[in-house]
Amino acid sequence: MNHLDLLTFARGSALNWALMIFAAGVVLRLFEIFGLSRKPDLARPRSDSPGSGWRTMLSRSIPPQGMLKRDPVTYIGGYVFHLGLLLAIFFFAPHIEFFRSMTGLHWPNLPTALVDASVVAAIAALGVLLAHRLNNKVKRMLSGSGDYLAWAVTLLPLLTGYMAYHHLLFEYALMLSLHIFSVELLLVLLPFTKLFHTFSVFVSRWYNGDFFGRKGVAS
Amino acid sequence: MSATLAKGINSFKEVIDTPIASYFSSCVHCGLCAEACLFYNETGDAKYTPIHKLEPLRRVWKQEYTLLGKLGKMLGLSDPVTDAELTEWEPLVYDSCTMCGRCSMVCPVGNDITYMIRKMREGMSASGHAPEDMIGATARAVNIGSPMGIKWPAVQAQIKHVQAETGIEVPVDKQGADYLVLMSSMEIINFPEYLSALSRIFKQAGVSWTLAADAFEATNSGIQIGASDLAREIVSRIVVAAERLKVKCVISPECGHAFTAIRWEGPNLMGRPFGFEVKHILEVLDGLHAAGKLKTRGKDKRPLTYHDPCQIARRGGVVAQPRRLLNEVAEDFREMPDAGVMNWCCGGGGGVSANSRAEPLRLEVFKTKKRQIEATGVHTLITACANCRIVMEEGLEHYQMKVEVLGLTELLAEYLVEGE
Repeated sequence: MNHLDLLTFARGSALNWALMIFAAGVVLRLFEIFGLSRKPDLARPRSDSPGSGWRTMLSRSIPPQGMLKRDPVTYIGGYVFHLGLLLAIFFFAPHIEFFRSMTGLHWPNLPTALVDASVVAAIAALGVLLAHRLNNKVKRMLSGSGDYLAWAVTLLPLLTGYMAYHHLLFEYALMLSLHIFSVELLLVLLPFTKLFHTFSVFVSRWYNGDFFGRKGVAS
Repeated sequence: MSATLAKGINSFKEVIDTPIASYFSSCVHCGLCAEACLFYNETGDAKYTPIHKLEPLRRVWKQEYTLLGKLGKMLGLSDPVTDAELTEWEPLVYDSCTMCGRCSMVCPVGNDITYMIRKMREGMSASGHAPEDMIGATARAVNIGSPMGIKWPAVQAQIKHVQAETGIEVPVDKQGADYLVLMSSMEIINFPEYLSALSRIFKQAGVSWTLAADAFEATNSGIQIGASDLAREIVSRIVVAAERLKVKCVISPECGHAFTAIRWEGPNLMGRPFGFEVKHILEVLDGLHAAGKLKTRGKDKRPLTYHDPCQIARRGGVVAQPRRLLNEVAEDFREMPDAGVMNWCCGGGGGVSANSRAEPLRLEVFKTKKRQIEATGVHTLITACANCRIVMEEGLEHYQMKVEVLGLTELLAEYLVEGE
């Protein structure tokens, strides 16, 4: 199999399989969560804060007062990584082209230099966050193999994407194939690791916001 | 019923619901909850990280309610929860968590860790891993009617005393009164000022109220130890009395967890909404004040500060009321750092103060409160929870701080305009 065949496989059946496992995995995990259900809260809520659950989905992205100072590495590293990843996935011209080919939807892209810089920043942030995880006694205690696996499979698409774009290490078609494979690996593992927070974070934040909102504590 | 590991695991399985599954699914092991925890902050010991305290519950969730976990269990790859592990976890779940809720406010993925600790305690107590002292307090609450073993005659004695002191009749079992007043054991034993202050304020405001001989105790050890069946039995006494006397509103006293027990857990424990309102005393006083029925004269000249009880403020939504009331009667009211919904716990909530094994740790973590008070430079501390009050009095004494602690209701009564 030459590099072009490999690329065809990566873009073809491998991608289809990965997307299927990803979709099925996400649906399964959501069923696992929502299938448990919960009892309705019979306590009369305060009326001070309707919609608190929905607001908390966004507002929890902002550190509560005093928290940024307590662990700036986690907060700033977290912001840089998430933002960099988001820009790279959704605003890199070739990615938008890919989404257009898949769904017909498209949107304006960001200048390539900016996406490039955001990828470098995201990779650097991942490095800093790993060092922090290994150095901070709380994080180190909480971490297991799943945490390091999640870190690695998140890094790989960023790294291979950067290398493919800059024609580093391997011939372009091979590097691009590796990039696509790494994305597929990420897609397959996402529903079954802590990376599922990509979806569940909106559920958990909603419940938290609803809970505090019912009690009249704006969250 | 005897407690066994199987019952505990079953109980873990029962309490896991959609919110808990979403919380465990979302946790990215960032460790920020530790930064919010009183116990981690004071000791620096990683084992006090809030989400870590839930590790046995998390594994039961994974093994029972996720496909991968179930596969792992079938293949013998999973690590089952054992009695030895729960024994090790008991001090983490009970001694070093006051269910103060700070971690739930800061978790970036929105995990309500406190909610999970409350639920996890159900399994801990069902498996026989609750602290001895809390088992005793709960047994007294169920059998005698109060966790401190107080019976109605003790309340009667206090009523007599209050009547003699104030010349105001304390109504008991009065049908059709607007408010049913509850008390905590701590108030009956240590702070008789509360009932006296309330009698005077209510007389002046023209409030129709009553005590109930069969439902005077507001505290609920059942929700602290994590035994919903017992919590239901304890709360049902209040519900039955409120319905029998046909009151419009039940007043939760200056006690944190009692408010959570009646206001938020009560209807859920009973399985039905209440036909009466439940308010914390500060909400009632603030309402009277807003209606012009609570008039005060003069202001306290002492510089003073206010300690927000966790279950009243962060977990109860009563934050602005004490400030409005304090500004009426205090000339120099100073906020402590982190006051309001992010206030630090006194260290004795969630049953910790009832657990003598936890005392050394509780006194150690009181240093946070000590620093908060010192930052304000005051020697008068106001609060609205009898448990916070006694815990802080002990802490202040331990650190030889000359700070007087008062209940807010009592402070208001000092400046009450009477007989006009």
